[in-house]
Amino acid sequence: MYRYIVNRVLLVIPTLVGAAALVFVLMRLIPGDICEVRLSSGGGSVDPRAVALCHAELGLDRPLILQFLDFVWGFFRLDFGTSMWSGKPVAEEIAARLPISLEIAVMATVVAIAIAVPLGTISALKQNSWIDHVVRTTAIAGIATPSFWLGIVAILAVLDISHAVFGTPWMPPIDYVPFWQDPLRNLSMVILPAVTVGYRYAAVTMRMTRSAMLEVLREDYIRTARAKGLLERLIINRHALKNALLPVVTLIGIEFAFLIGGLVVTEQVFNLNGVGRLFVLAVQNQDYTLTQALVMLTVAVFVFANLVVDLLYAWLDPRIRYG
Amino acid sequence: MAPLLQIKDLHTEFRTGAGVVRAVDGVSYTVEQGETVAIVGESGSGKSVGALSILRLIPDPPGRITRGEILFDGRDLMQLSDTQMREVRGGDIGMIFQEPMTSLNPVLTIGRQITETLEQHRRADSAAAYKRAIELLGLVGIADPARRLKQYPHQLSGGMRQRVMIAIAIACDPKLIIADEPTTALDVTIQAQILELMNGLTRRLNVALIIITHNLGVVARYAKRVNVMYAGRIVESGLAAAIYHHPRHPYTMALLRSVPRLDRPRQARLDPVNGQPPELTRLDQGCAFRPRCRFAVDACAQVRPPLEQAGPASHLAACLRSEEIVAAAGTVA
Ligand SMILES: Nc1ncnc2c1ncn2[C@@H]1O[C@H](COP(=O)(O)OP(=O)(O)OP(=O)(O)O)[C@@H](O)[C@H]1O
Ligand SMILES: [Mg+2]
Repeated sequence: MYRYIVNRVLLVIPTLVGAAALVFVLMRLIPGDICEVRLSSGGGSVDPRAVALCHAELGLDRPLILQFLDFVWGFFRLDFGTSMWSGKPVAEEIAARLPISLEIAVMATVVAIAIAVPLGTISALKQNSWIDHVVRTTAIAGIATPSFWLGIVAILAVLDISHAVFGTPWMPPIDYVPFWQDPLRNLSMVILPAVTVGYRYAAVTMRMTRSAMLEVLREDYIRTARAKGLLERLIINRHALKNALLPVVTLIGIEFAFLIGGLVVTEQVFNLNGVGRLFVLAVQNQDYTLTQALVMLTVAVFVFANLVVDLLYAWLDPRIRYG
Repeated sequence: MAPLLQIKDLHTEFRTGAGVVRAVDGVSYTVEQGETVAIVGESGSGKSVGALSILRLIPDPPGRITRGEILFDGRDLMQLSDTQMREVRGGDIGMIFQEPMTSLNPVLTIGRQITETLEQHRRADSAAAYKRAIELLGLVGIADPARRLKQYPHQLSGGMRQRVMIAIAIACDPKLIIADEPTTALDVTIQAQILELMNGLTRRLNVALIIITHNLGVVARYAKRVNVMYAGRIVESGLAAAIYHHPRHPYTMALLRSVPRLDRPRQARLDPVNGQPPELTRLDQGCAFRPRCRFAVDACAQVRPPLEQAGPASHLAACLRSEEIVAAAGTVA
């Protein structure tokens, strides 16, 4: 088990380096240049000498390979440099925006799992009942609905309803306060975006739970459990669910990583100042350092989610643990 | 003394797209206290469905027991509530399945899978259940039980897993064990060990055993009585020795010819039973074995022959021409 974990963790390193190379090259292939964007912001043409000066200042005139090594080396020391646009440390820029994004992502995940796993299980146990039909229809809708549209509809609905009920329209606050300072305000801010991105998440998780459960319920060992006279509750929780959760765990892990991508859109819709928005700005400004750091952050989340999935898998499935 | 198990006119059917499958179509038999009864028949004849029906484990839908009584130890199992039925399963009646590879839960330890039965039926605390589990593994011949209890099914061989299944089946001192082809999936050498183990245990613990098998050799050696099934019905029933040496139904004769036997001169080749098993959705009112039967006459198309006394004592056969055939076979042999 110990060796398994070490191996998994060591595998992370080449993945990260590969991702770093990719983003580094891609950024420099995109047409445009941060110095030109910066100097031309007032409009008009740009003095080439000023651009050269700016390049030198940002270290962009150095050989590419050196720039790359700098970037990777910095990354391993957790030093991400300064934003080429704002001049502030990248870590600081991200740290200011990470909490809200993370909170939305985690909340969406928790809500999705808390809703989807029980519903998927019930749906499978009561296959073809009305409850199964309702759950499945709702899930299909969740998969078919784009989250930005759902977000807009949610905002409009809140405006309309609050207008009808209180007489004045109410909008969720947009400046972030941590949960422990003002829970109510914090929640009123994140709940809508979390539901918006979480709906799809819950929908796919629910469908996976249902189909995995249906499959497991047909397994011989479930028949054995029945033949032993165990309580139905025990058969479901101990015998069926633990097996059915294996594919569900994988899905939750992958979807969590995609969730981060989904935040880019959702934060725009809800006008939230999170990592997703920062991403859009960084790319628009051709801010190499910031974009690179953000991509690496996403990759790290992806890799971390995968690692957690693998470890969970090993914990759930002895065939892997002792394989 | 009343028999331990008495099945009367059991009907189990499945509603499928192709029509209603009468997998068990009017089966009756008895099992006495402590006795071993074999059920034989080819694939699809309803052996497993019949066995699962006793424990009311038929998946519904598509299956349903539509008629019949299952008198076990003085009670009709068909009339029991779900809770009472649960106490019978694994408590009074243990079950062993064909596939040791898939019949144990891969993510639970062997120990858990044995002790949970004890906790369910005996309300044993975990220490008592653990002690009993160690004892059970000893009974089924598994060495180093303490270590095995901590292991998972994939760490055990097929034969070992089947031993665990047997341990689970006898855990709560049942009066009856139903074994559905317990050795079909195992190596030949292991098969013999497992059969010997089951035979020894059922005798020692005085448990009745219903053993479902394809292997007539098993029947001759271990079973006291045999029921031969064909297309959802019992077509011949009697003492093992009688059936083995004096079969009275053409299907049984064909089955016996398909088995290598040491007590007969070696034949050039083994006769498999000719033809295909019937489609259960398209049976007519006649004898279901008719299309494959060498002795079939017009009368066989009129009715499905009932199971009637044929020969001495408790020997029963469902064949219109039973007497003639036996007489003819007698002159040939
Ligand atoms: N879940 C089910 N749905 C539909 N039909 C079924 C189902 N289970 C069994 N049957 C049908 O019932 C009939 C009897 O099946 P059963 O499993 O009892 O045969 P068997 O005698 O045990 O054969 P084998 O030797 O292959 O185990 C078969 O025709 C089978 O197709
Ligand atoms: Mg079978």
